[in-house]
Amino acid sequence: MSKGTIVAGALAPHPPHLVYAENPPQNEPVAECGWETLRWGYERMRADLDALDYDALVVFSPHWQTYIGTHFLGVPHFKNRSVDPIFPNLFRYDYELDVDVELAEAICEAAQNDGLVTKMMRNPDFRVDYGTIVSCHMVRPKWDKPIVAISSCRSHAYYSTEVMQEQAIALGRATARAIEASGKRVVLLASNSLSHRHFVTESELPEDMSKEHITNHNQYLWDMRILKMIREGRTQELIDIQPEFISQAITETDSGSFTWMLAAMGAPPIPGEVYAYGTVIGTGNAVVGWYPQGRSK
Amino acid sequence: MSIVMGGIVTGLPHPLLCPEDNPGWAELRRGFDAFRDELAAAKPDLLVVYSTMWPSVIGHLIQADPNPEWVHVDELFHDLGSIPYRFSIDAAFAHRWRDIAIERGLHARTVAYRGFPIDTGSITALKLLNPDNQIPSVICSSNVYSDRAETVVLGKSLRAAIEDTGKRAAVIVVMSLSNRLFTDFIDPADDRIHSDKDEEWNQKLLQFLSEGRLEDTAQLSREIQRQIRVHKVVNFKPLWWLSAAMGQHNRYAGKVHAYAPIIGTGAAVVRLTPSESGGGDKEYDEDDVEVFHGDRDVLTT
Repeated sequence: MSKGTIVAGALAPHPPHLVYAENPPQNEPVAECGWETLRWGYERMRADLDALDYDALVVFSPHWQTYIGTHFLGVPHFKNRSVDPIFPNLFRYDYELDVDVELAEAICEAAQNDGLVTKMMRNPDFRVDYGTIVSCHMVRPKWDKPIVAISSCRSHAYYSTEVMQEQAIALGRATARAIEASGKRVVLLASNSLSHRHFVTESELPEDMSKEHITNHNQYLWDMRILKMIREGRTQELIDIQPEFISQAITETDSGSFTWMLAAMGAPPIPGEVYAYGTVIGTGNAVVGWYPQGRSK
Repeated sequence: MSIVMGGIVTGLPHPLLCPEDNPGWAELRRGFDAFRDELAAAKPDLLVVYSTMWPSVIGHLIQADPNPEWVHVDELFHDLGSIPYRFSIDAAFAHRWRDIAIERGLHARTVAYRGFPIDTGSITALKLLNPDNQIPSVICSSNVYSDRAETVVLGKSLRAAIEDTGKRAAVIVVMSLSNRLFTDFIDPADDRIHSDKDEEWNQKLLQFLSEGRLEDTAQLSREIQRQIRVHKVVNFKPLWWLSAAMGQHNRYAGKVHAYAPIIGTGAAVVRLTPSESGGGDKEYDEDDVEVFHGDRDVLTT
């Protein structure tokens, strides 16, 4: 068996607004339009990822919050309805997905061997979180690739950003090791926004783009600083700057997903392809791909 | 109108799903049972639940599906089992409460969507306190960004809605006292409050509540947040809401039905009944807000 490979890592934010505006048949609410810059960015990234012919998506979501350890979906198949508890007016999505349980167990075991607290989720009635669903839908709307879904243990809240960083880096390294041993070609998804201060009101028509902008300029400046580093391939610096970024821009990278993905790829000094940047209800979101093995298969 | 009873209950599912696994969890279950019996005897015609385990971002959400029904699995304690539920919601009241909240400057909306994920805390509270859905209920979210003024106005809007509709209501908050979980898996037999500091603060809060000093306890919210809460949201607000809804005073008969650790957190079942006696009124130094005027945009030049 040849060695498994991380063929790409992607920053794949999960605002449900993006699925809402795409109007897929799985989602009940209907939109006129909205957030095109981000959606078209996802479209371009999809095309590049599809060309890689990968076996599985491994997604780390801030919206599966497990304060006791890192959990992994461990049931082969899920079929259920996901309703976003924050934006139920926008996201009521009937999903059906397959899980690569073998790879999930391998990552879980590798992380446990490295001292992390881990657990497999075996309850078939479990509802997969909407962060996982939105990111996976936007990357692969056909849902024909199995996924591995990883929770966030929120050590940022429980301990400190620094503890979160250490755990995310360790989880990333364990993920890479397990993927290598699996022989599979895998795409990693960090399911998070950058700056993450929401508006606390919503316009009558959610997709009214005349109302959409960053919550404040400070957050925009931080997002641009991060994107500059991404474009310049300063990947290790992106990890190192997270405590300051999280503290100053109230970012969703506090979940550990972004650091996990960069660490799993080995923080390669290569530029990320920034497909799009845009705001969703005031938060800053970027769609970015890294290709450690190059663009083609 | 009247609020005939108030209460505080833990939202972690252990007293519902596995009380037999730990003596403290069994004690909490007996506390829920005792509170359930008191509620039934008081015969309220509305049970209002404010859950710290239902976060919202866009204002305040109020459940208004007349019969929400699903099978719930907790995102953390999924190995404890699935929880089928079907509740009876007073949708008309939910709409009236929403309207009054909006009149007071709040952003509020009702939700009535098939499959909406009612949170573990609300499910635990309703299944244990109102198992046969004898009392129509309403569930309200906890906004992650709101602070005291907004939360107090939300509580007052509920009180106004109860007055407006002439209901006899019971009002419950779903919350932990100290909320620090152990971050590794423990044997249920080894459960304890996470630290001595958490235990001391929990005991102080229970003392105040047993003396009926709800508003005093609410006034301690900022200190509670600093001392014994993991900072997942901007502040500790359920007691602001409960006290505002119940009248912002200390004249209650308080009964601590149960207190025990659940995976390190301080879990309690407490009942408060309006009373002529109580802890007296203290002097407070924060505004008593009637209408919410929104963010003041102090950073905007």
